[in-house]
Amino acid sequence: MVSFQNLDKKFGKNVVLNGLSLTINTGGIIAVLGPNGSGKTTLIKSLLGMVLPNKGSIQIDNQIIKNQWEYRNNIDYLPQIANFPGNLNVNELFTMIKDLRGKPTIDKELIALFKLQPFLKEKLSTLSGGTKQKVNLVLTFMFDSPLVILDEPTSGLDPISMIRLKELIQQEKTKGKTILITTHIMNFVEEVADEIIFLLEGKIYFQGTVSALKTKTNQQNFEYAIATILSENHA
Amino acid sequence: MLKILKYSFYDLSRSRWSYVYFVFYLLLGIVLLFLNNNLSNAVITLMNVIILLVPLIGTIFGVMYYYSSKEFTELLLAQPIKRSSIFLGQYLGVAISLSLSLVLGLGIPFVVYGLFESAIIWDFFSLLTTGVFLTFIFTALAFNIALSNENKIKGFSYAILLWLFLAVIYDGLFLLLLMYFQDYPLDKFSLIATMFNPIDLSRILILLQLDIAALLGYTGAVFKQFFGTSLGFFIAMTMLFLWVVLPVARMLYVAKRKDF
Amino acid sequence: MKLFFSILLLIFSFQNYANTITVCKDCKVSSIKKAIELAIDGDTILIKKGTYKEHGTTIIDKSITIIGEENPIIDGEMKGTIFSIQATNFSIEGLHIINVGKSYLEEFAAILIVNSQDFQIKNNLMEQVYYGVLIEKSSNGIISNNTISSNAKEEAHSGNGIHIWHSENMTISNNHITKMRDGIYFEFVNNSTVFKNTSKNNLRYGLHFMFSNNDEYLDNIFETNGAGVAVMFSKHIKMYRNLFKKNWGTASYGLLLKEINDAELIHNIFENNTIGINADGTNRILFTENIFLNNGYAIKVLGACYGNTFSKNNFLSNSFDLAYSGHINQNVFDQNYWSSYTGYDLNKDGIGDVPYRPVKLFSYLINKTPEAIILMRSLFIDIIDFSEKVSPIFTPADLIDSNPQMKKIRW
Repeated sequence: MVSFQNLDKKFGKNVVLNGLSLTINTGGIIAVLGPNGSGKTTLIKSLLGMVLPNKGSIQIDNQIIKNQWEYRNNIDYLPQIANFPGNLNVNELFTMIKDLRGKPTIDKELIALFKLQPFLKEKLSTLSGGTKQKVNLVLTFMFDSPLVILDEPTSGLDPISMIRLKELIQQEKTKGKTILITTHIMNFVEEVADEIIFLLEGKIYFQGTVSALKTKTNQQNFEYAIATILSENHA
Repeated sequence: MLKILKYSFYDLSRSRWSYVYFVFYLLLGIVLLFLNNNLSNAVITLMNVIILLVPLIGTIFGVMYYYSSKEFTELLLAQPIKRSSIFLGQYLGVAISLSLSLVLGLGIPFVVYGLFESAIIWDFFSLLTTGVFLTFIFTALAFNIALSNENKIKGFSYAILLWLFLAVIYDGLFLLLLMYFQDYPLDKFSLIATMFNPIDLSRILILLQLDIAALLGYTGAVFKQFFGTSLGFFIAMTMLFLWVVLPVARMLYVAKRKDF
Repeated sequence: MKLFFSILLLIFSFQNYANTITVCKDCKVSSIKKAIELAIDGDTILIKKGTYKEHGTTIIDKSITIIGEENPIIDGEMKGTIFSIQATNFSIEGLHIINVGKSYLEEFAAILIVNSQDFQIKNNLMEQVYYGVLIEKSSNGIISNNTISSNAKEEAHSGNGIHIWHSENMTISNNHITKMRDGIYFEFVNNSTVFKNTSKNNLRYGLHFMFSNNDEYLDNIFETNGAGVAVMFSKHIKMYRNLFKKNWGTASYGLLLKEINDAELIHNIFENNTIGINADGTNRILFTENIFLNNGYAIKVLGACYGNTFSKNNFLSNSFDLAYSGHINQNVFDQNYWSSYTGYDLNKDGIGDVPYRPVKLFSYLINKTPEAIILMRSLFIDIIDFSEKVSPIFTPADLIDSNPQMKKIRW
């Protein structure tokens, strides 16, 4: 269980999180949605300890994470922009991250799944955006941690890889994992998400299932439901 | 931390810039020794190179490395690794690889030339030690600048300004103060002012090893004590050491409180 | 004619009376004191090999020759002066004198000579002495081929190797003096010559002389002395072919000149000294064909130096060629070779087409604010030195060598 209490975060004068409180129960796929600048990435980075909140606390399984680092052993994170040291090749990157974490991995299966074998000896700087994203996905899923955080996992992926990713996510869910996803692809959310968290101006505007959101906004279509929220709040 | 250090170092050891730096020093050593044929002149020229170029390269390279490895750093930050380990590891990776380029680049020609049979080996050794210290100091300062400035252009500008200030402007202001207050006893002031600039400090440390130190000792009792005994050497070494420790400490302090 | 023969006869008969008294442990005469007591004018005392524990031996008005055979040891057992002499026409040769006592009240010496004339001190070895040879109010003496050493540690508790006061026509040659306070000390000594001596590792000065006129110093070596060589308050001194070397220290110089007039310094070598020549109040001195190599300052000219000429010298790799106080130049610098000269010689006449300025701005600044030397070899200093070279503002504008040589001067 992950819980955020009264989280405040400002970057300069810009208030990004404004007294945000949220509890996420273990297990299931949770989509974090919201307009640009609503604080999605900040929320995720706070959870990872990369961004330090001005106020409030974050607990994972009732442990406060402030100034801790060991808890990240139980988190897999897919960053939004995948940029790796250009001098390394793909295989070296995998070896390095494995070495750093020192945990058993399922990288071979994942490499096979995303068909990365031909690229293993290639320098990371020469890879295309989509291939980089696949490398990124392998890095994320290979440790089999109970909490998985995916920041824009679909960007740059070809349709086949997209399908594989969806399958992978579903498969991970069946292992009882909690999977947090941010994305702009609404289809993807509608398809995979068990629960939606909608952020607006640094607060939780909505937390619930897709159908609950549709009900709340009186819209049949999920995308329209989202659009309704946005237009109501910005009109 | 050692793992981060290992990978940063590994990364840098395959970077073009490390080799450029290494080859530069190699050429410099060869030119100085084999075209000049005078070891003690070579040491003096090397001193000028070390106290000016090492800081410049350390700062620029440090800033460059920090910015170019920013995404990698973020990747590491999400891993179960202590923040201080990440930054200390990267810092040491840069500083050690730059130091190695320096020591090997200059060392190889000097060894080939037959340095070990020469009395000048201690001068050379102190030159390299000072060069390594300067690399560690200016890489740490560079990391500080980069950590405090998200904007690359700003970061690079500050880095070059810092170098310019410590290499030239500081001494100019120092000299102006000395001239302005020439009626007062200035020996202690000038020694202390030297301590606050790692480039001056290194210059003094190298001068201490050369005969020329006696010339400085001529000035008065305080200088005589400083330059004529091992006191000066110990104070200068301690200060250089502090110049490494304090910026590294600030770097870790800032890194711990920074959002990524 | 008769008179001539009688005089000749008289000389021969005297010659017959000139005895040799042999001193040895088993001889009839077993002490040097006894031998001297017995000796009369013209006698020779021959001291055989052995150790003689004697001190306070006096020779008054006896013209005798003392010769040591195979360097007999005269051990003063640290009790005081070994020989005190007041006589004319005597000599001491071949002795090995050791352990002269130290005193804060008296100037104990291996050989003390007062009010004497026409003497020779030759081929002696003196070790652990307080003063070596101490000469007062004497003339026509030769001190040669002696080796004098001690273990001077503090100036106040040590004496000089060859110390001469109020004397004239002295010749000091081929002596080797180490670890004394001053190697050679002259005060009020005129018309004397000091040549081919080596004065090394002395606590204070290798050579120290004051109020002494018309003297010559030739072919001496002064090396690693605490403060170098000091020449003060004297006139008409000639210093040729001496070597001033390695007088490195926070208060040392190759040669200190103070209140010296009408002297000549030719063909000397100043090598690795903190300051090659420190000139203070010197007038009409000719410095020519000297070599200044690797000194901190080759020449430092302090106040009130007029009419000195520095010509045809080689200035090689000195940190500063010249330090100068004041804005006015009353001295001549001409036709020297300066290794730091960067000018050119388009007409190929061997003389640089651009005058050389031996005073750097930095050395001018150091003169005003000595502490500024801490900035030595800083980039900033190089920059301002360069700009001063291009357009001089602070250093005396007429302080130039208009004929800088393109090649080292040979002679």
